[in-house]
Amino acid sequence: MNIVVLMKQVPDTYAERKLNPADNTLDRDASDAVINEIDEYAIEEGLLLKEAHGGEVTILTMGPDRATESLRKALSMGADKAVHVVDDALHGSCAITTAKVLAKALATIEYDLVIAGSEATDSRLSVVPALLAEALGVPQLSGARKVQVEGSTVTIERSTDTGYDRVEGATPAVISVVEKINEPRYPSFKGIMAAKSKPVQSLSLADLGMSPDEVGLGASTTTVESFQEAPPRSAGTIVKDEGNGGVAIAEFLASKKLI
Amino acid sequence: MAEVLVLVEAANGSLKKSTLELLTAARTLGEPSAVVIGAPGTAAALKDKLAEYGAAKVYVAESEEIDAYLVAPKAEVLAQIAKDAEPAAILVASNAENKEVAARTAFKLDSGFLADAVEITAEGSAKQSIFGGAVTVTSRVAKGVPVISLRANSVSAAPAPGTAEEVSVPVSLSEGAKAAKLLERVEEAKGSRPSLQDASVIVSGGRGVGSAENFSVVENVADSIGAAVGASRAATDAGWVPHQMQVGQTGVTVSPQLYIALGISGAIQHRAGMQTSKTIVAVNKDPEAPIFELADFGVVGDLFTVAPQLAEEVAKRKG
Repeated sequence: MNIVVLMKQVPDTYAERKLNPADNTLDRDASDAVINEIDEYAIEEGLLLKEAHGGEVTILTMGPDRATESLRKALSMGADKAVHVVDDALHGSCAITTAKVLAKALATIEYDLVIAGSEATDSRLSVVPALLAEALGVPQLSGARKVQVEGSTVTIERSTDTGYDRVEGATPAVISVVEKINEPRYPSFKGIMAAKSKPVQSLSLADLGMSPDEVGLGASTTTVESFQEAPPRSAGTIVKDEGNGGVAIAEFLASKKLI
Repeated sequence: MAEVLVLVEAANGSLKKSTLELLTAARTLGEPSAVVIGAPGTAAALKDKLAEYGAAKVYVAESEEIDAYLVAPKAEVLAQIAKDAEPAAILVASNAENKEVAARTAFKLDSGFLADAVEITAEGSAKQSIFGGAVTVTSRVAKGVPVISLRANSVSAAPAPGTAEEVSVPVSLSEGAKAAKLLERVEEAKGSRPSLQDASVIVSGGRGVGSAENFSVVENVADSIGAAVGASRAATDAGWVPHQMQVGQTGVTVSPQLYIALGISGAIQHRAGMQTSKTIVAVNKDPEAPIFELADFGVVGDLFTVAPQLAEEVAKRKG
């Protein structure tokens, strides 16, 4: 079973994140870059499935040069190889374009399953796995808290508001996982050493048979017209509980007509 | 006036509040048309209410096959209706499934998708709150029909009469739309509390709650106000409550009228999911907890004395 895990490098959530006023895109140099947190769960799930069913795990990312650091980390967790779609023209690509580019890249890799995290901490759209399934014309098995593979049949438990849906599809399929699915492993020292010599293939737009006009800010299906720092919330009333804290809250809520 | 498609959501035969909000928001862009995609008989029960909230048309696309497969059928039917109607915009309520339906619809229409709008302007652009509420952006779709998901509680639903003229839409799904088969829908959550996504009031508990048993303190406050119950990641990671209840990054993003945080410190992880709440109340032992920077009203104290007193006082005032 050959598995491709999608990985996105994102700014560290715990650092200050900024937009670049020049073109209203994410300022990727303003903060530390890390593997998108839920993608580590996707990598773990890929490794677990490989351990159970054999095959290879390939990490696929689209991102700037520095995304190689994150690819090496993913490889040190145990993935076999990586494919890095990197091209200056991709800067500012929207989710739909990203799915189209990833679909082209996947056409160069043999795979049975694509596994992604359910959400990136920077854009928080949660739609690239669905869009990728649409672009590839394969089953969308998203929001999985559990994945089971038997032959060419994949069954997931899709997390819902009130429980879960059991959803089934045939390979090749696109899966996205939520963080309750597993506990990602830490890279071992051996893994870190081994990762240094694992193959990382770079693909440009030309390699994918795409032209720069099809991607990037110019071709984006959405445009950020302007942005502003949200005004700080006006300072609230903070009181120390002197035995009537609960009553004080109720009075506040009543004054706002909230109860 | 331009037509605006609104994807209808219902549960147990009645419209979700978020659908009424969408119909209200749609009126700033044009004339709302409700789109009901579901099992046969779904629309009949909803039509009166759709008319009451301004639907000029109700597209009815009903088939047993819709709910037999995940997401793709709805996207296919919605795109098909949009191709014929050429609407000014398509609005859906922000939740995991609708966002996937919306994105796939935009893909099919060769247009664009704006997620999690907190406001939609008359020109069809959307305001979004990003980076955990630190930045507000104004975005628009660059080409084609804008497909926008709107966060619950972003507008107040207001009635306005509409004719709700029924337009029947034949459903014939492609094989591609039947790729992910829904085998079973399992309900785990018990009780009759409102869902987190839709609720106008949410009471959440965090690390300070201390155990699964203690979560009843949070639930009692929620039940006194008729609120949904949420949790911080510390509480879901500890296994005190199910993952579905997690508010924050990698969990649910909410924007209720009132958010009460009990024993939650307010890490960025959590703030990212609740910072756009209209009114925020916090109870925490630690006066330095970052949640107090957001709170409109905060009590520094022990939640195990403050919360029960609050629940009791609310009940008393209700009489």
